[in-house]
Amino acid sequence: MANQLAGLTALGDPTRRAIFERLADRPRAVGDLARELPVSRPAVSQHLKVLKEAGLVMDRRAGNRRIYQLDPEGVGALRAYLDGFWNRALAAFKTVAEQGHEEVS
Amino acid sequence: MTTQATDTSVRTSIVVDAPIERAFAVFTDDMGSWWPSDHHILEGELAEMVFEPRAGGHVYDRAVDGSECRWARVLAYDPPERVVFSWDISPRWQIEPDPDKASEIEVRFIAEGPQRTRVELEHRNLERHGEGWEGVRDAVGSPGGWNRGLEAFARRLTA
Repeated sequence: MANQLAGLTALGDPTRRAIFERLADRPRAVGDLARELPVSRPAVSQHLKVLKEAGLVMDRRAGNRRIYQLDPEGVGALRAYLDGFWNRALAAFKTVAEQGHEEVS
Repeated sequence: MTTQATDTSVRTSIVVDAPIERAFAVFTDDMGSWWPSDHHILEGELAEMVFEPRAGGHVYDRAVDGSECRWARVLAYDPPERVVFSWDISPRWQIEPDPDKASEIEVRFIAEGPQRTRVELEHRNLERHGEGWEGVRDAVGSPGGWNRGLEAFARRLTA
């Protein structure tokens, strides 16, 4: 449960979500992520550290590089991700539902 | 907004200042108006999101070029109180063709007043994605996975 909460907090940041989504696609090194995102290498490293402490990603050594991937233990990472997703989606839903009828087609 | 989580499901709820009929209609017919715009797995540019309002219908994204991406099946449609649909999206954010590996979402609408509705959402059976989740690790994460295969391929090319 502590991990679950840490995971939610970790994925509350849009840059960390972007990193998480790219790692869901395939494992990547810090340099790959820094090239693909408008974020510096040290900043990527810092975000990865937070994601790792939250139990969402893990790393391994490959030669002189360190490769990051989602932690495949159970469905914890997927759950944390979807939890954040639905909270954002429902907040947007509330905004639309509370608008006047005439504003929605 | 409150959030709870069990091992294999995610639950969340929200209260909206709108009648139950309107809350249901916006959630289903008008899903495209609030769905996070960065969460489409369509190849092309999104034209619209379509929710077919009947059990057995689909939820799909349509691109401007006419191509479609069906990412959910409507499993129950009971206006204005309940809707259930599948989540045919794998942990790799691709369409999951096997219904046994899809999770599902149940949404309940409860009138708390003429102008006030509680919406309870449960995304459950996440463990059904488990095999895909493991597969991601096995295919690309292990030392014997893609990396080794590509290295062998590269050696072959340069031999």
